[in-house]
Amino acid sequence: MNHLLQVKDLSVDFHTAQGTVHAVRGVTWHLDRGETLAILGESGSGKSVSASAIMNLIDCPPGEIVSGEILFEGRDILKMSEDERRDLNGRRIAMIFQDPLSHLNPVYTVGFQIAEMMTAHGTPKSKARERTMELLKRVGIPDYENKIDTYPHQFSGGQRQRLMIAMALAMKPDILIADEPTTALDVTVQAQILELLEELQAETGMGLLLITHDLGVVAEVADRVVVMNKGEIVESGTATQVYKAPVHPYTKKLIAAVPGEGEMAQPVGGEEPILKIEGLSKAYGAFTALDSATLTVLPRETVAIVGESGSGKSTLAKTILRLEDATGGAAFYEGRDLVTMAPAELFDLRREIQMVFQDPTQSLNPRMSVFDIISEAFVIHPEILPKSEWKSKVRELLDHVGLDASHMHRYPHQFSGGQRQRIAIARALALAPRLIICDEAVSALDVSIQAQVIQLLKRLQDELGLSYLFIAHDLPLVRDFAHRVVVMQGGRIVEQGPVREIFENPKEQYTKDLLAASPHPDPEVQAERRKARMQLEKTA
Amino acid sequence: MTDVSPHNAPSEAPAIADAPPAYVQIARMLWRDKLALCAAIFLFIVVLCALFGPMLLEDVATKQNLRGRNAPPFDFSLHWTMWLGGDALGRPLLARIIVAAQNTMMVAAGAVVCAMIIGTGLGLIAGYSNKAGSQVIMRLADVIMSFPSLLLAVIVLYMLEPAVGNLIIVLAITRIPIYLRTCRAEVLEIRERMFVQAAKVMGASTNRIVFRHILPVVFPTLVTIATLDFAFVMLAESSLSFLGIGIQPPEITWGLMVAQGRSYLTTAWWLSFWPGLAIILTTLSLNLLSNWMRTALDPVQRWRLEIARKKK
Repeated sequence: MNHLLQVKDLSVDFHTAQGTVHAVRGVTWHLDRGETLAILGESGSGKSVSASAIMNLIDCPPGEIVSGEILFEGRDILKMSEDERRDLNGRRIAMIFQDPLSHLNPVYTVGFQIAEMMTAHGTPKSKARERTMELLKRVGIPDYENKIDTYPHQFSGGQRQRLMIAMALAMKPDILIADEPTTALDVTVQAQILELLEELQAETGMGLLLITHDLGVVAEVADRVVVMNKGEIVESGTATQVYKAPVHPYTKKLIAAVPGEGEMAQPVGGEEPILKIEGLSKAYGAFTALDSATLTVLPRETVAIVGESGSGKSTLAKTILRLEDATGGAAFYEGRDLVTMAPAELFDLRREIQMVFQDPTQSLNPRMSVFDIISEAFVIHPEILPKSEWKSKVRELLDHVGLDASHMHRYPHQFSGGQRQRIAIARALALAPRLIICDEAVSALDVSIQAQVIQLLKRLQDELGLSYLFIAHDLPLVRDFAHRVVVMQGGRIVEQGPVREIFENPKEQYTKDLLAASPHPDPEVQAERRKARMQLEKTA
Repeated sequence: MTDVSPHNAPSEAPAIADAPPAYVQIARMLWRDKLALCAAIFLFIVVLCALFGPMLLEDVATKQNLRGRNAPPFDFSLHWTMWLGGDALGRPLLARIIVAAQNTMMVAAGAVVCAMIIGTGLGLIAGYSNKAGSQVIMRLADVIMSFPSLLLAVIVLYMLEPAVGNLIIVLAITRIPIYLRTCRAEVLEIRERMFVQAAKVMGASTNRIVFRHILPVVFPTLVTIATLDFAFVMLAESSLSFLGIGIQPPEITWGLMVAQGRSYLTTAWWLSFWPGLAIILTTLSLNLLSNWMRTALDPVQRWRLEIARKKK
């Protein structure tokens, strides 16, 4: 049987200074008309490489296609001339990317850019504009007649992804490749975009190749799934098959690591709160980023703050830590107000409240070794530890977070993302704090690494009696980890309560929307959720 | 630089081997990059010339010998100091280049180092302090930049005595804005990075953030600019000498020698050529060395100098 697109035994190498990297080895898969195939893998698994090979996006050198063929309607596109391939790209096979902002040219209007896609393939200008209008309407851009002549920065993230989709669909391609199309988007927007893709696929009958790291996304849209690890396909089958009965140990590990399945924590009871925030506000000029937030954190408690981008959750963290000055309200740490505290007193309190940042690549100084990074805490607060004991303490801390202490003279770039976040946690622990604020501390990490870091945080909480203020956008993650959950929207706290109450019995519409939009890794559960979501939309 | 050095932590835990001492690491990395090694050796020789040249060859270099007027180079029957030829008064060029190294280096290095230190300092303040302070410093830089640098030098040196010290001051002032603006722009970007925030959360003082976290990131850029500036300052100094307000004969610099040789360019090219070559080689060496240093200072790039080069 002839498939629409077939990748056979594809191997791609990259020749780097450190030696040859086998990006993919002997990868074989196929895609039919009207079908959605998901390539699932973590960072570095080579999941994007075969798509790049299809679109002729691999730079050779350093890349080299060692073996294999890519058959499109029976013809090997790797043997085609550059001109033939250019003709194919965009017209027959189109692609959308993770970050729509960097793939839209900021100096041209969106109408021009979408029309250019068509004029480049020979459509007359007037007709192209007409079709652009149609497309904008189809992908759901409100007020499209006027918006057609505006620039990319005037759109929101979700709308930009819609624009990219419009551009990709301009020539009615047979295949749409979507490389992590929703990773940069909020969950509610993600649900809308995935829905749009499915609708469009049903209308046009195109084949959809979805590259993702998110099992929830796979469950939502994929018919079949291919799981990749270290450049090889470890498992393939229908989405339900792979989820229900994984064969390969890697797939099993991946599915086990998905958050949102474990037992929910019981509320921590009784004690005096360690942190008590009352009516904390922060305004930038006329814009209120944080509107009188009130919450408490008990000792040994994990309070999660969830919300979409722009909900003010990071602003809250920054105001507590005095990285930003609050414009109103108070934040009491053991009865002392952080907002009005004098610098000298604040300096002492820095020891007690620490922060772990979102992106460990950026929060560690690239020019300092791990030893320097962790021991900086002792340089700043010399009263903690005499210099002669620094080294043994750093060893101890590295042991504590599960890193090899003999690596302390290495630099951050020599570690993987998960290891870097462990270094960042070790740094926070160096001051022996009682409260750690985690600002999206695991969002940048792969699912399996995420689970490990969460385990680590839990263990440290038990051993050291820490409290966490855990800021996240990922609801399933919070479900497993937090004792209490605070939901924020547009700078305000809309709902807060014990984790069980929020997840099982949400009161606010926004919380319900958020829960409905966050995808579940089980395709059957997800199908039911989708029904529920549709219902919710109808009633709303 | 401080950044290359390993930690001076006491090695009480025998299990973890400390990195070899800093100078061994530097020497190894220099050995890997042969061009940078040549550059370092050449600069070392220039510095030796600058330190000891005038002491040893001052008399030879100033002694006139009218029989050797514009003597062509490569006449090996003459004294070795004449191997590169003689100048318009028969003075040996080789000896003069060696002696001139001192003044040239003093002016160029002095001006560049002063400009870099002051410019970087002000740039750090402008970048990290509040808006008002930054505005004052930046407008000051604008004022300096709006003056043609040579015009400023002419005015100042016309009023002051044209001594080496004054020359350094004038040239340094005219070069400050370059370092200042680069430094400020970089600081504005780096101060928003997350590792700076992380340091703030730990309670790091402003000094620590600026000197430990921001400066090491800015520094390689500034050093690269400084090496390029070196050549500019040498030439600026020679044009001042040419106008009669810089270093005056019988004192000599390379730039002055190039200027003096210009009238003989058609008949005796070597008068300008050799000192010109000295300027070019010095600048080139500095550039190569700064390029090497940028790699050596950056932990992410350092492996390029640490792994043995593979043969293809």
